[in-house]
Amino acid sequence: MQGPEQLAVSAAIKWLGPIVGVVMAALTSGAMTCGAMAKDTELDFYYPISVGGPIPKIIDGYVADFEKENPGITIKAIYAGTYEDTLVKALTAFKSGEPPDIAVLLTTDMFTLIDEDAIAPLDELLKTDADKAWAGSFYPVFMENSRTGGKTSDVKIWSIPFQRSTIVMYWNKDAFRAAGLDPDKAPDTWDELVADGGKLTKRDTAGNISQWAIEIPSTSAPHWLLQGLTIANNTRLVNQAGTETYFDKPAVIQALQFWVDLSRMDKIEPPGTIEWGTTPKDFFERKTAIMWTSTGNLTNVRSNAGFPFGVAMLPAHVGRGSPTGGGNFYLFKKMTDEKREAALKFVKWMTTPERAADWGIATGYIAVRPDAWETPTMKKYVADFPAALVARDELKYAVAELSTHDNERVTKALDDGIQAALIGTKTPEQAMRDAQRTAVRILRLYQ
Amino acid sequence: MCASQPIARELTDAAVASIRLAAHIHGWLLLLPAAVLLVVFTHYPAVATIIDSFFSTPKGSRSAVFIGLDNYQAMLDDPVFWRALGNNIVYAASVIPLTIALALAMAVWVNGKIAGRPLLRLSFFTPTVLPMIAVANIWLFFYSPGYGLLDQVLGLFGIATHNWLGNEHTALACLIAVAVWKDAGFFMIFYLAALQQMSPRLAEAAALEGASRWYFFRRVTFPLLMPTTLFVLINAIINSFRLVDHIVVMTQGGPDNSTALLLFYIYEVGFKFWDTAYAPTLTVALLTLLAILALGQFLILDRRIHYQ
Repeated sequence: MQGPEQLAVSAAIKWLGPIVGVVMAALTSGAMTCGAMAKDTELDFYYPISVGGPIPKIIDGYVADFEKENPGITIKAIYAGTYEDTLVKALTAFKSGEPPDIAVLLTTDMFTLIDEDAIAPLDELLKTDADKAWAGSFYPVFMENSRTGGKTSDVKIWSIPFQRSTIVMYWNKDAFRAAGLDPDKAPDTWDELVADGGKLTKRDTAGNISQWAIEIPSTSAPHWLLQGLTIANNTRLVNQAGTETYFDKPAVIQALQFWVDLSRMDKIEPPGTIEWGTTPKDFFERKTAIMWTSTGNLTNVRSNAGFPFGVAMLPAHVGRGSPTGGGNFYLFKKMTDEKREAALKFVKWMTTPERAADWGIATGYIAVRPDAWETPTMKKYVADFPAALVARDELKYAVAELSTHDNERVTKALDDGIQAALIGTKTPEQAMRDAQRTAVRILRLYQ
Repeated sequence: MCASQPIARELTDAAVASIRLAAHIHGWLLLLPAAVLLVVFTHYPAVATIIDSFFSTPKGSRSAVFIGLDNYQAMLDDPVFWRALGNNIVYAASVIPLTIALALAMAVWVNGKIAGRPLLRLSFFTPTVLPMIAVANIWLFFYSPGYGLLDQVLGLFGIATHNWLGNEHTALACLIAVAVWKDAGFFMIFYLAALQQMSPRLAEAAALEGASRWYFFRRVTFPLLMPTTLFVLINAIINSFRLVDHIVVMTQGGPDNSTALLLFYIYEVGFKFWDTAYAPTLTVALLTLLAILALGQFLILDRRIHYQ
C-alpha cells in the first residue's frame, strides 16, 4: 500500500529521475562509457605525483599492460600531487564515503590510516602458499614499516613496499681532487667527514665561503635526515608499536649536536636551515661538495651533474645505517571482496621481480625485493652504473623509518626541535627535551 | 447594495492576500539561488565550525563528544598558536602599509606623462597575474644562498652570502617582501583608476595658487583618494590573513615556526594532523580577529572619510 507521501515521492522521482540521470551521466561520463562492458571491476588508484612528466607515463604504461593481461579489471590512475596532498585527498575521500581502492602513500602514514580506520590488514587476503611467499619476498627492512599489531597484539601486514629509498651521500669528485683528496673515496666515518670537510670548504680572500663541504637538508622532513645520524650512533627514536619516543636519549642529543657542530663549530656546513628542494641544485652549482639526500634523486643527479660524482653510504660512527623512506601500496577498507581480490592482483602484478627492477631503473628507487636484482635488465644496468648498487648494499644497515601514532604531529615536534637547534635558538639538549615532552603529551592518548 | 459590500471587501481582501503571497513567493524564488549558495558555502560551514570547536576530534571508531571549552583552553596553552599569531601581526603590520605606500607611489608615477608608460603599467601589474605558487617557486631561487639573485646582487657590493630563508631573523621578512611585491601592482590599479577620475582643474587651480607638488598631494590628492584607500586597506588586511601559498612553498612555517602564520597553522592542524576539532577552534579565533578589524574599519575610519 502506498501512502500519499510515497506517491508524491515516486512522482518526484519520475520527474527528477531523467534529470538526475543526465547529471550523473555528465559527471561520470568517463565511467559510463566503461560501464557498457558491464561488470568490469573498476579500481581507483591514487598515486602521489603531479600530472605530466615521465613518471605518470610509466605508471600509465603499467596500468595499460595490466588491463590487457587482466580483462575485466579497469584501473583508474589518479595523480594526486605530493605525498601529503595524496594523503589529504585519500582521507577526505574516505571521510565522505568514497575512498580510493588502492593508494601509494608514505610508509609512515600507516598508524594514521589505522587510527582513522581507513585500511584493513592484508593477511586474510593472502590465502595460498604462493601469496604468502610473495609477501615474504621483500627486503625485511622494508616490511618493518608495514607491520604492526595496531591495537591488538598479533602483528599484521598493512601495506606492501613499492617505491622505497634510503639516504645516501653524493659527492663531487672534481671538488675532492681540487682539495687534494682521493676523488674515489668518500669519507667513511664522522671523523673523516669533519677532516675532509675542512679541506673541502673553500674561502675567498675576503673570508666569504664559495664552496661548502656538506649540506644535510633540514626543511621539509629534518627528522628523516636526523635518523641518518641517530642510527649511526646506534640508537632508535621510537618503539615498534609507535607509542613511545626516545628523543631525549643522550645518544640522540649527541647525534643532533654533531649535526649542529658541522655548521657552528667545524664551519663546513652552511648555517641555518637548508632547503630540501634546492639542495640538489646547490650540489649541481658546486656550492656544496657533498650532499645527503634520497636515493630517489639518483636519476636526477645522473642527468644534471656536470661533473663526475660518487654515491656512498652514510658515514659510520658507533654503527652505520640509514632510515628507509618512500611509499607503499595501501588497500582501503569498504571494498567488496571482488574488488579486494582485483586490487591485490594489481599490487602483486606491480611488484613482480621484473617490474620492481624496471621501476627502480626508471626512477632511482631501490628495487624492493632481492630477486629483482638478479633479473637480466637490472644486472645490465648496474654493470653500466655501479652507483645504483650503493643503496641496495646500504639496506643491510638500514632501519625502519620513524613512524608513530599521530605521526605528523609527533614528527613536527621533532622537526621544530631540530630546526631550533640548527638555528641556535635552543641547545640540542633543550630542543630534544621539549620535543620529547610534546611527543609524550600527544601519544598519551594511544597508550 | 449595502448587503453586497462586505462580500466585495472580503473578495478584495482575499485577492490582496493572494497577490501578497504571490509576491512573497516570487521574491523568495528570486532570492533562492543566491541564498542556497550562501547557506551551503558560507553560513552552514561557519556555524558548523563554531559547533565543532566545542567537540572532541572523532578518530576511527571513537566519535566526537561535547567537551565545552577544552579546545579553547588547549589553544591558549599552545605555544605554536601564540607564535603564529605574533608572526601574523608582524606580517600584517609590515605588509599592509608597505603595499599601500608602494601601490600609491607607483600609481602616481604611471599617472604622469612619462615615456614608456604602458610598458611600465604592464610591468607593475604583472606580479598580480602570476599564480602565487609560481611566484613563490621563483622567489625560492632568488633567496637561494650563494647563487640566488639576491646574493649575487649583494655580492657585487662585497656583501657575504646569507641563508635568507634558513635564518629565523630574516625568513619572515623575506616572505613579507614577496607579499608586497605580489599585491602592490593589484592595488595600484585601484589608485590609478581613482586618480584618473580626479578633475584636472584641481591641479590647475593649485598650480595657479603656487602650491608645491608635495603640498598638493598631501592636501588634495591624498584626501580625495581616501575612499579608495579604505577599500584597498580592507583588501590588504584580508590578504594578509588569507594568503599563505608562499609559506607552503618556501618555508613550511620554518625554521622552528618562525614563519608560521595563522591560516597556515590552521591548514597544518586540519589537513596534516587531521585534528578536526582543534582546527575549527583556531578558525574561530581567526574569524573573531578579522571581525574586530573589520568593525573597527567601518566604525572608525568610515566617519573620517570624505566621499565626493
